[in-house]
Order: sequence, then structure tokens, then C-alpha cells
Amino acid sequence: MDLLNLSSTMLYTAFILYLVATLFFGATIRQDKSERRKKTKSGTIGITITIIGFIAQLIYLITRWIASGHAPVSNMFEFMTFLGMSMVLAFIILYFYYKLSFLGLFALPIAMIIIAYASMFPTEISPLVPSLQSHWLYIHVTTVALGQGILFISFAAGIMYLIRQIDQTSLNKGSVWLEIVMYVMILFIGFIVITTTFNIMDYHAEFEYSEGGTVITTDYHLPAIAGPHEGTLLTEGVMKPWFDTPTWMQGADAGRKFNTVIWSFITGTILYGLVRLIIRKRVGAKLQPLLKNVKPDLLDEIMYRSVAIGFPVFTLGGLIFAAIWAQIAWGRFWGWDPKEVWALVTWFFYAAFLHLRLSRGWHGEKSAWLAVGGFAIIMFNLIVVNLVLAGLHSYA
Amino acid sequence: MNKIKCECGHINPEGTVLCEACGKPIEGNQHIDGNEGKKLLNMRYDGTARRSQTYNKSVVDKIWSFFSSVKVGVWLIVIALVASMIGTIFPQEIYIPADAVSRDPAIFYEDRYGVLGLIYYQLGFHNLYSSWWYMILIALIGISLVICSLDRFVPLYKALKRQKAQRHETFLNRQRLYSESSDVADQDIETVKENLKKQRYKIREENGHILAEKGRFSRWGPYVNHIGLIIILLAAIFRTTPLMHTEEYVWVREGQQIALPGTKGEYYIENKEFIMETHDENDERFAQAIQQEGVVPSNFQTDIVIYQATNASIPGAEPELEPILEESIQMNKPAKFDGYTLYQSGYQVNEFTNMTFKVHETDDPDETSLGSFTINLMNPESTYELDSGFRVEIGQYYPDYILDNGVPTSETNFPRNPAFVLMVYPPESDSPEVSFLGIGKNIDATGENEYKIGIEDFELHDVSGLTLRVDYTLPFFILGSAIFMIGVIQGMYWQHRRIWIHPKAGGILLAAHTNKNWFGIKKEIEKSIENTSITMVEDQQELDE
Repeated sequence: MDLLNLSSTMLYTAFILYLVATLFFGATIRQDKSERRKKTKSGTIGITITIIGFIAQLIYLITRWIASGHAPVSNMFEFMTFLGMSMVLAFIILYFYYKLSFLGLFALPIAMIIIAYASMFPTEISPLVPSLQSHWLYIHVTTVALGQGILFISFAAGIMYLIRQIDQTSLNKGSVWLEIVMYVMILFIGFIVITTTFNIMDYHAEFEYSEGGTVITTDYHLPAIAGPHEGTLLTEGVMKPWFDTPTWMQGADAGRKFNTVIWSFITGTILYGLVRLIIRKRVGAKLQPLLKNVKPDLLDEIMYRSVAIGFPVFTLGGLIFAAIWAQIAWGRFWGWDPKEVWALVTWFFYAAFLHLRLSRGWHGEKSAWLAVGGFAIIMFNLIVVNLVLAGLHSYA
Repeated sequence: MNKIKCECGHINPEGTVLCEACGKPIEGNQHIDGNEGKKLLNMRYDGTARRSQTYNKSVVDKIWSFFSSVKVGVWLIVIALVASMIGTIFPQEIYIPADAVSRDPAIFYEDRYGVLGLIYYQLGFHNLYSSWWYMILIALIGISLVICSLDRFVPLYKALKRQKAQRHETFLNRQRLYSESSDVADQDIETVKENLKKQRYKIREENGHILAEKGRFSRWGPYVNHIGLIIILLAAIFRTTPLMHTEEYVWVREGQQIALPGTKGEYYIENKEFIMETHDENDERFAQAIQQEGVVPSNFQTDIVIYQATNASIPGAEPELEPILEESIQMNKPAKFDGYTLYQSGYQVNEFTNMTFKVHETDDPDETSLGSFTINLMNPESTYELDSGFRVEIGQYYPDYILDNGVPTSETNFPRNPAFVLMVYPPESDSPEVSFLGIGKNIDATGENEYKIGIEDFELHDVSGLTLRVDYTLPFFILGSAIFMIGVIQGMYWQHRRIWIHPKAGGILLAAHTNKNWFGIKKEIEKSIENTSITMVEDQQELDE
């Protein structure tokens, strides 16, 4: 289908443009201290390319919408891609307010990781089940994504604050935790790298296992380190699993998902090791000098501001619109489904964040850690709740 | 009450930290807002006298102080947050999957999750969100909301109303944004005023002292959103009463007309047809996905007629039914009538309506019928007399037959997989032949039966599962959410900004305060003092620690 091809090409184009834009934002590092906050050439080019990239992604969205007949926010690939897009949008808006080019250097790569991560899930257009056939699908989902995208900026600013401010001269609680955050981000890259590698090699290994009395076949796209519990390998000439997935891991395809997690850890850890080998410092320490020209209180301000802007949007999309739709579709506006509970947890968390800002001593570093924690909760809700805690929202 | 008179002449209530009128720090009260030893004044509540910070003698005072603390509020939120997380580790009781060994929580959790599951169940986490302690936690948050808001709103409102344009010098120089300029021409001050007006500041002037203020209403945002939350919590309490909220689940077979439970016999429903459709696998848009994931349903629909009994109040009378609504209920498209809402919630396809059997001689290769009978599976008779003289008795009836550890039993009461033990009495015989019949099963108990029974025909129907709901609390939830959103936007998307100009010896002191977005107010000041001799404010913020 031509429209669909155009759609994927546009998404790919957007991705490349974001990459190019990041490089331009990176070039702003070299500018003179006196020029800070004033418009710089490379900053302007960077934001222009970002906007073109965003438009390309918008075309992806519209063409895919036309091709499928429904808003492309109905499965893991589509939602994560859309989330990446909202992050970019939130960045563009805040850029025009604060004119902080460095923000792009951090926000765009993370948004790109999200988009790349999305592409690891099945990208076919899937038809909508009856419960999803409603205008609330895109009203609810787009508002949630936008809210999360804005909250993501607080994460980006928080990370920048921590890199800028944390004492890297010694191993301390701050520098170790920051390094763990860096490592986790590299794990995501590890997942993308390994999945792409084996996708290109077109690797398949089929297993058969029984669950609840029915025999299920599952298709591994990565060599099986952990096979399904008491599964039999059907494909010949591929690696045999080293061990079985423990039984307490439940849910659809627990074995395959667990195997993917193992691979991501292995690849991510190797990647991290290589990075450390090359830079011979903690990643945080290596990045620190880049940010020495950014005023920490401006970062603190952006961090707080984006929570202040994102919180109402998230509440509207993630709780209120969600409740309205649930009322229409299932007849109950709140059902303590894991996804709903985690939306509430996110809401509680940012509510606590906003209240803590009222007290002295919670600005700056502590706030930055909270911004990181909040985003971790959002990602947990997206990834772990969808893939592991499986409730009504498990669409991947 | 020990009122405090400030040197500006204003009389402040006990416990005031900064004079309501001129802002001068009141001696002896500075510890309350932690201003001691700090360069900057704590401007959070404008240094007003808060009950919680002033009185701490009686029990009421102590309870008030406890709940009015933001720290306590945040702790309550954090506890609720952690508790909510715990509830998602394993599924809640209502989400025990259909394929579980047993839906009895006492068995399910231990069976599936081992010791951890058992502990989870024993601690009551399987019903966490309706547990008494979770309810209490939410109620405590509610109390904290009310007290926090009252403790702050009332004094803050008064203070902002009473504030004067003329402020004490210490008030200005202990603001975060502050500058001193000497030799400022009157013309420059006029320019600044004009510029501030252009940026929608309201200007007040007293003896040359200027207060420029905007967005004060955003200070009320938090209190407005708390009112919204309180309405939501109250609605949640009301919802637990049957007066405000009821819910019934009902299975209706195609063609069946029954009284709707929970309507006191006033309403009846007829299921005309249940329709289940699937996405077309030849649709090239979805072909690939369907090929990978299997058939995807596209529609669950029940065509119904709702009847109202016109004489429901007369006990024992045969209801006279009048159709009031004919509709197709789908997912996302419930039917509404008279305060009730009816949702498509479940279905069961291909239940057996009736089965027709015939009797023939066991060794007759043509299986010539010696008479036939039809069993209504919803309402089977105990004996069937055939015209040919045969008599068939139903020995056992399993509507939904399964073998449970070798013992035949019925899984549900619905005729999804009917099976029978039939006693066939040949004409003029008193000793029956026993046959066991089910779908795909026809077992001769002794192996010596002369007559055999075979299925001749059957009819199927679908069953719709519908939820009938009355919820009068919805308007309150909507109202609460709307107020919450208004409040949160009011508080978050606007800022309360004040700029003070204090003439001093030919020059001026300039100070500014905002409750958030300092970057924004700095930009506005910069714009206002452009082309004047006034010095730009400096940020005196001390980053703690």
C-alpha cells in the first residue's frame, strides 16, 4: 500500500531529522559564554530541523490514520511513536519559551530512543477490537501522550541538572545513582541494537509449550537463552535454550519476553562497558563539562515549569478522559485495573512533587531526582504494566 | 487574642510573620516561617498568621496543626501511592483470570504465585482498594485537604486584600528579586508604569510607592482544585449506597423476555438477537495483522426491546408490557432509559436451545426411526412418552458436561455442552435400557442395549451478558473533576506577580515576587525598565544546601 509506505518513510525521515537537529544543538556548546540565551545560528538551525522533523512525523501520523481508518494510537508501536512525537512537541514549545539549545541535546536523543524502541514492536496496522472503537480512543490517548511528553521535559531538565550539579570527583550516592540512570538508558539502546541485528538476520525459532491445558506456539526472534517453561524447540539448526523460564513468570509469552530482557541486559551491559572503556570515566562525569555553561536555576525552573504544565494535561487525559471512556465502554469509570492504578500512582507522585516544591530544601537536586522518578513511573506504566502486569490495556 | 500593632499602624492578628499592610517582619515571630538567619523572607503564604502555626495548646489545635501540615499531606500521598502499587503486584480478586484453577481467592493466589501469593491473600491485598485501611487513608487525605486549605486560604485572602502599595524597606530588600537605583528621573518611573500596564499589571500608588500586581486569582487555584477533589471524594462515599448506585448483571437468551433485575418488576427486556462480527481477513489493511494474531472481533451487539410494565405496582397481576425502547447495544454505545443504562458486557455463543432425538434398533444399519422426542434444554421434562409406545426418562442431565477427576458433572448451569443419562423403556417393558448421550458421545452402559438413541436435530442460540446500572453520582464526579481542572489550570497556568517600587533619597528600590516562573517575571521586568536608568533586579536566591 502506497500510503503506508509513505507513512513509514516519513517516520524514518523524522527520526533522521531529529538526529541531525541534535548535532546542531550539540554545536551550540562551543558558543561563547556571553552569547548564551541569545539566538545562535546553530540553535536556530537545530530548532528549524526539529520542526521539519516534527512535521514529517505529523505526516506519518496522518497518512497512517488515513490508511488504517482509525487514529494510529492503538498498539504499542503506535502509542510509543506518538509519545516520542509529543515529547518533541513539548520540547519545541519549551524551546521557544526558554531558548535553551542544550535542552535539545538531551531531550531529542531520548525521544529518539523512545521512537526506536517503538519500532521494535509489530508495526502492522491492527484492526480495532470493539472496546476501542470510539472517538475517545484518540481523545484519551493523545491527551495522555501529550501530558507525558511535557512531563518528560522535566525528566530531561532533571537529568541535565544532575549531570551539571552532582559531584563527580568521588564515588558518592549521587554519582552512583546518576550512573545507574545512564546505564538504564543504555539498556534501552541495547534492546534496540540487538533486536534490530537479529531482525536483519531474520532469525526465527519456534517453540511449543502448554499453558492451562492448551498448546501454544511462540516465535522467538532472538536466540533462546531462556526457553518457555517446559517448551519444545520446533525449529531446527538454531540455538537450544540454556534454561527454562521460571514458572512464576506468568502471562502471554512470558518466556519470549524474559528472553528479550536477558538479551537487552547483555547487549546493554556490553555497550556500557565499551563506552566506559573508551571514555575512561563515568558517563555522568564525561557529560558534566558540556553543561558547565548552563545555569542550574534555569534548569530547575524548566523542570518545575514542565511539571506544572504537564500535570493538568496528564490529569485530564490519564484520569478524567480515561474515566469518561471507561464509563461509556465498560459502564464503570474506575475499575482498579493495573493500568488505571498506575495512572493514579503517577498522579499521586506528581501531586507530591508539586506539594514538596512548597517546602524549602526541595528545590534543585532533590526535585531533579523526583523528576527522574516520575518519568520512571511513567515508563513503568508503559512497559512493565503493559507487558507483564497485563490488564485491560495489554495491547502488545 | 494578642493583636500585634505594626509601626505602620496596621493591626495584625496573633501569629503574623510579616505585617499584612507593609510587610515588615514582626519581631519574635520570624521562626514560624523559618526566616531566622536567612537573607530572604519566606513568601509562601505572605507571612500571614495561620491557625496551625499560632495555636498549639488544645487537642483540637494539635489535630488541626497535624492535618494542616504539607509534610503530613505529602506523607499521606506517598503512603497511598505505595499501597496502590502493592495492589498491582498480583491481580485483584475481581481480575482473577477465567483460566485459573479456581476463582476462589483462597486457592488461586497460592496455586499460582506460591508462598508470596498466599501472603498476599492473607494480608488482604487481593481486595486492597476496598479494604478499610485504604479507605481510611483516602479519608485522611480528604481531611488533610480541607484543613490545609482552610488554614491557608482565609489568612492569605485577607492579607492580599489588606496589602498596601507602601511596603517596608526590609520587606523589599529581603525579596528574591531586588535592586537599588539612585537618581531615577520621574519620567523613568512613568515609563516603567506605562510598560507594566501594557503587560496587564494593575498599578496602585500610595505616596509615590508603587505596587504592580497581576494574576492574583491564580493564588486561589489550589483551593479551588481541592474543593473539586473533596466533591469527588464525597461522591465516592455516596456511591457506596444503593440509593445512588446499583449494578446488576443479567444473561438474556436470544428470543427470551425477562424482567430486568433491580427494577422491581417495572422493566422487561427482550433479546431479539445477539450479533458478533469479526474483521474481514481479506481486508488488505489488516490482513497481515490478522494472519499473525488470529481473528479479531469487530462488533458485539445485542438488539433489544425494553418494555415497561404499566401495572407493576399491583402485586400478583400479570404484567401489561408496553415497548418503550428498541435499540442495538454495542460496546461504546450503551442504551439509556429512565435513569438506567444498559451495557453490552458479555456473550455466550452457540448454547443449545433444544435437541431432538430418535430411537432406533441398535443393529439397524438404516437407523430407521421408531419415534422421536425433543428436549427443551432450558426446561427439560422428566419423561417423554413416544407415540410408538416407547418411554424415555431423563436419569441425569448435565447442561455443561465435563469430567472432573473421572466424575461426570456440569461446569455451569448453561446448556453449552449438554449430556444426558437416558433410560429407554421399550413398549410394555418395565426394565429400562441405559444410554449416555452427549455431543460426540453415545455410550451404551451395558453393551447389551437393543435400542439406541441418536441426535436427529438441534437448535442453537446466543446469550448476551448485559450490565444494568443506575449511577446518580456521575454528575457529582463530573462537577468535581471540572472544578478540579479549573482550579489546577488556574493555579498552574497563571502566576501571581507583584513588583514594588519604593522611592528612597532620589532613587528607588525595586523588588519583585512571583509564586512561580521566576524566569517569566524577570523577562517582564527587563522589558519594563528598558531605556530607563533603573537597575535590573538581581536574583538573590540562596539555593539551600
